[in-house]
Amino acid sequence: MTLRTRILVLISALVVLAGVATASVLHASARADRKNQTQPGGPSITAGTVALATGSGSRMIFRNMAWGPHRDELTTVPASNPSGPRTASKVKCLRFYASAGTGVCLQSVHGPVQDTYRAVLLDTRLRETARYDVPGIPSRARVSPSGRYAAWTAFVGGDSYAGTNFSTRAAIVDTRTGKLTPSLEAFRLVKDGRTYHAADVNFWGVTFAADDRTFYATLATKGRTYLIRGDLRARTLTTLHTNVECPSLSPDGTRVAYKKRVPGLSKDAPWHLYVLDLRTMRETPLAESRSVDDQVVWRDDRTIVYALPGDYGADLYTVPSDGTGTPRRISTAAVSPAYVN
Amino acid sequence: MYVADSRASTSAASAEGAVRPRAGRRRAAVAPTVLALGAVSLITDVSSEMVTAVLPLYLVTGLGLSPLGFGLLDGIYNGFSALVRLIGGHLADRGGGRHKGVAGFGYALSAACKPLLLLAHTLTPIGLILAADRTGKGLRTAPRDALISLSSTPETRGRAFGVHRAMDTAGALFGPLVAFLILRATVDGYDAVFTVSFCVAVVGVLVLVLFVPNSVNGARTKSDPDGARTKSGPDGARTKSAPDGARTKSAPDGARSPATGTAPRAISGDTAPRPTLRAALALLGRPDLRRVTLCALLLGLATVSDSFVYLLLQRRLGVPDRWFALLPLGTAAAFLLLAVPLGRLADRVGRWRVFLAGHGALLLAYALLLASWHGTALPYAVLLLHGCFYAATDGVLMAVASESVPEELRSSGLALVQTGQALARFVCSLGFGAAWTAWGDRTALTASTVALALCALFALTLRRPTPSAPSEGLA
Repeated sequence: MTLRTRILVLISALVVLAGVATASVLHASARADRKNQTQPGGPSITAGTVALATGSGSRMIFRNMAWGPHRDELTTVPASNPSGPRTASKVKCLRFYASAGTGVCLQSVHGPVQDTYRAVLLDTRLRETARYDVPGIPSRARVSPSGRYAAWTAFVGGDSYAGTNFSTRAAIVDTRTGKLTPSLEAFRLVKDGRTYHAADVNFWGVTFAADDRTFYATLATKGRTYLIRGDLRARTLTTLHTNVECPSLSPDGTRVAYKKRVPGLSKDAPWHLYVLDLRTMRETPLAESRSVDDQVVWRDDRTIVYALPGDYGADLYTVPSDGTGTPRRISTAAVSPAYVN
Repeated sequence: MYVADSRASTSAASAEGAVRPRAGRRRAAVAPTVLALGAVSLITDVSSEMVTAVLPLYLVTGLGLSPLGFGLLDGIYNGFSALVRLIGGHLADRGGGRHKGVAGFGYALSAACKPLLLLAHTLTPIGLILAADRTGKGLRTAPRDALISLSSTPETRGRAFGVHRAMDTAGALFGPLVAFLILRATVDGYDAVFTVSFCVAVVGVLVLVLFVPNSVNGARTKSDPDGARTKSGPDGARTKSAPDGARTKSAPDGARSPATGTAPRAISGDTAPRPTLRAALALLGRPDLRRVTLCALLLGLATVSDSFVYLLLQRRLGVPDRWFALLPLGTAAAFLLLAVPLGRLADRVGRWRVFLAGHGALLLAYALLLASWHGTALPYAVLLLHGCFYAATDGVLMAVASESVPEELRSSGLALVQTGQALARFVCSLGFGAAWTAWGDRTALTASTVALALCALFALTLRRPTPSAPSEGLA
């Protein structure tokens, strides 16, 4: 082949490939229009006022994933009719949680080159009261039952070639003083009765007790995961149990629902939901046979709610917390629910 | 807090770089083959770093997965990739220089993985696709470096590798930018990112197929007209063993290979012998290559992995969280800017010297991390030194190692050095993690610093540059 032929071949290939690349980008950007169109058969959504405390009965607030003008907005429905008409708030979040009039909304911020992330604290009328930088892609959010503390977890990835190593950072903020603990790694970790240091320690999935002092979370080190109990005053973390991820404390504070890695399941769907009784340390498998990758929410002491992948990102399901019953879908195109009164 | 290792695996160790062209001698420009390979690497890195940059985002926000489960596979990938590299190196040498074929297969394999990402929606298939992608990278690295080395004159090899590494790094810096621009222009446009990445990768393969010659014979003989390199190479040790002595004797197929290394000739073509695996392993019987590999291994054992460097920077120097993801870019930028100048410097003052000086820069970076002085400029200084370390060692080591490996085994030899270094660094990562756990970060770093200093000292005594030998054969 002469140089001229080779250059011609390259140029023709470039033209074709540039066409394919451009088409794919155009296709993906045209999706913006489609995603702004309400899909047929989807939930009905109207803009309106969303408040974290209404005094008018229990409501569920969540991130609406249904296509249309209110995609990704915080949206509310009556807790008694979770698949009913939705009221959207204009506040967009990737993850969300709320309790006692305090909300935490994890958002992405489009920068000129790269997305960055932040955690925004919201008051009862969803107005921003504080904001904090989040060092990576946010995944879990929680607020303590009193509304005083908020926590979130972010994935921090390296920028290496086909890097597959990720780390997590779990942060806790005192909403009253504004004091931020950017990483639980600042706390003293006691594992099996001894202070433990390791370079590979990761924390995620904080859940708070009602006393505004105790919290639970996941610790991962050396390829194993642990349930840890944290003490906000003593700034300590103590391991309690193994193979526990994304714990969620029941309203009465006696049990923890979590995802457990069950041997024998496929690597991409390894988790089943369990409830651990903190007094007896007895584990009860729940009646959900699918792998759940979510930090569940207790609707009340008997019922938990969690997300599974769905046609429009995620759907919400419910299952009894005592291992009985069957899972039931309560809402489509929804994620990150919180129950408020 | 583990963060993925940055380009820890690309490079290799050391040998003797005492090539010193006479002062004032006009240098040949970088060979067109090197530029073509640099372009291929640049384009391919744009493609692969596009994917890398958005992968965590895609997993977490696009698919709703926890990428943590993924980290467990990382160690397996690393070990696997090192082995694949040896295989790629060996395959490329077999049949007398199928470098382009094997490298092309590696590039094509990685390219084919990109559209597959569109189809995978759970961790296991995504993990498998990334493993295939890494296999492609492992396969192509050694033959590519062998091509660079074979198509450059001995006295400009440092520069050639410098140019290649600079182009490669430029692609790595450019890739994430392209990916985020696409995400900006679209809604959840991960499919567009993967498609564009595939198109870019195909361009890379095409450039390789169209513009990298099948045989580097032409390029090499033209730029190396005296042909004397093989016989009276720059360092004495190699010269003795070069006409194939050690290898042929120990190889079982000795009868087939008397031609090997007797003259500078085409490394492709059917007249060439087929180096066996044993012949490749027998390379370690060559004292000079053994020394290079040993030094690379020892220094690799004391080279703290990049992720730890960034973590230490963040903790000891208080770099804010939000900048954390940008730290590897600092290293890459310094690497990009310094790769060519340091490659040229290596050609001029001795590659082994520059290689060791690179480790000196790393030592200095460690020392700064340990120092109690915390100025605002310190993180920049550490990143600059870290990039300088890569610029002075990554390509330079390949240039050094090239001098100790006969042409027909060039790819295997380079793979050997690279794999040794990569495995040593992997062991170092494990050890460093354990030391951090047992003694805390400061003590662990102090231990690494001492170990690195000792290894460098050892390397210094083991392999002194031999300024007397070089010039005649080259000028």
